[in-house]
Amino acid sequence: MLWFSLLVLIPLTAVIVTASGNGWVEFWRAVTNEQTAAAIQLTVGTAFLVTLVNIVMGTMIAWVLVRDERFFGKRALEVLIDIPFALPTIVAGLVLLSLYGPDSPLGVNIANTRVAVFLAFLFVTLPFVVRTVQPVLTELDREAEEAAASLGASRFTIFRRIILPSLTPAIAAGAALSFARGVSEYGSLVLLSGNLPMRTEVTSVRILSSIENDNLESAAAVAAVLLAISFVVIVAVDVIQRRVVRRG
Amino acid sequence: MSIEIKNVAKRFGGFVALDDVSVSIPSGQLTALLGPSGGGKSTLLRIIAGLERADSGRVEIEGLDATDLPPQKRNVGFVFQHYAAFKHLSVHRNVAFGLEIRKRPKAEIRSRVEELLALVHLEQFADRLPSQLSGGQRQRMALARALAVQPTVLLLDEPFGALDAKVRKELREWLRRLHDEVHVTTVFVTHDQEEALEVADEIVVINEGRVEQIGSPDDLYDQPANDFVMRFLGPVTQLGDRLVRPHDLQIHTGAPDPADVTGRITRITRIGFEIRAEITTSDQIVTVTLTRNEFLSLNVEAGSTVQVRVAPQIHAGSATGNRSEILRAT
Repeated sequence: MLWFSLLVLIPLTAVIVTASGNGWVEFWRAVTNEQTAAAIQLTVGTAFLVTLVNIVMGTMIAWVLVRDERFFGKRALEVLIDIPFALPTIVAGLVLLSLYGPDSPLGVNIANTRVAVFLAFLFVTLPFVVRTVQPVLTELDREAEEAAASLGASRFTIFRRIILPSLTPAIAAGAALSFARGVSEYGSLVLLSGNLPMRTEVTSVRILSSIENDNLESAAAVAAVLLAISFVVIVAVDVIQRRVVRRG
Repeated sequence: MSIEIKNVAKRFGGFVALDDVSVSIPSGQLTALLGPSGGGKSTLLRIIAGLERADSGRVEIEGLDATDLPPQKRNVGFVFQHYAAFKHLSVHRNVAFGLEIRKRPKAEIRSRVEELLALVHLEQFADRLPSQLSGGQRQRMALARALAVQPTVLLLDEPFGALDAKVRKELREWLRRLHDEVHVTTVFVTHDQEEALEVADEIVVINEGRVEQIGSPDDLYDQPANDFVMRFLGPVTQLGDRLVRPHDLQIHTGAPDPADVTGRITRITRIGFEIRAEITTSDQIVTVTLTRNEFLSLNVEAGSTVQVRVAPQIHAGSATGNRSEILRAT
């Protein structure tokens, strides 16, 4: 518990203390600053969307990796999935820039747009749901599915009532990780998004520029807001997860 | 005939699981599919349930051709060795599952589930999760779940295989009594010959993908069709070139008769009321089992010379006639 406090709680407290250093009014001003609010909105909104995509696609990819015995490129996909984990994010940013930037060999130029932010988030968060769902899916009791089938349940019903409740805790954990990672992302998008204030500037970039302008309190205020949002999201994910499992 | 299996064959890659199997399983009875592990009996059960597709052959359930029907449409209840419980649902909801799928009215589901839980003695566990039950209780829940949809046939795949010896014995007696109450056509797979002999009305012995013999427990024990069945259903020993049960041999210390074989007792083992004597004759070692009283009245000990013979009117296979069967069983 002490170790946990030292590692996690003290830095978190420090952020909140710094944020409130100038009093409530200053805190509120920092957070509601037009540019900051836009950054928070973009970051949280995009992270949310990306997490939704990951919940669906990640579960589907995990399904293919575990259940589809005939899928040809399984081994290759297995390795590819981990690349976003293994790659330093700034390298990922460079890769994205050269692929989708002004000199795109594909002819797709999304530099300086919000799509770039979305794509960068998607790239770095792709493995989370896959990697949390995959081991659970591997361990799943196939006989329970067969039992459900012989009791008359269709394939869709089996998925919804037997498989999904077993996967939900893993999907939820992966979703929470993917959301948190999205909110904190910096390296992979900083090159491609252009960091245009009010348009493509995300909170991590905003925090950095606040610190560079010697406005530590404002940076801490934004950080505190992100902290609160992350907390709410984690709790919400847990509540939803429990409900799905219980409903069966 | 309730289940009619005609010329069913199934391969898994190069492995032949079932080789042209035909069996008729009568209505309302408790039939055991008995055989060694990997002999194809579970595969046959899964083909009946539709969980596996036969490569060729046909399956009829109550006169209806079920060969191409998916498991959902066969109306069979299936019980798995490892329970296959729906872990996230309470005992009550596990049992209710099949009825909910069939969209029965809520009140009907509740009363039917309560009735079934009473039948399997789990009334007080209705709100627990499967993980809070013992193995035996989980299997009873699985049985109630399978019975809930009033299946035409109930299929059990090594239902007591994962339980410890004592619970296994209790449950198989209970299954027998339950069957006498419910009367649904039941097929269960087992590799335990004692279980099959004790519980089943009829036994189908399956080995290496083929049916070796079909008959009542008495038929199989007293008139085994071949040495494999004889070896599989109980202990055997060899006297001369005859294969016999050790308890069908007699020992005496009198003058040798032409039919007797002379030997020396080399080892005596006592297991409760049963005495197992190893007798070394000129060319083989014969095992004879006797009751404690029989043994005491003989007044012999290790090293004594005795005469061994087969008790009159006992079936004995020819041990030399079918060498491959013996090698396979040993």
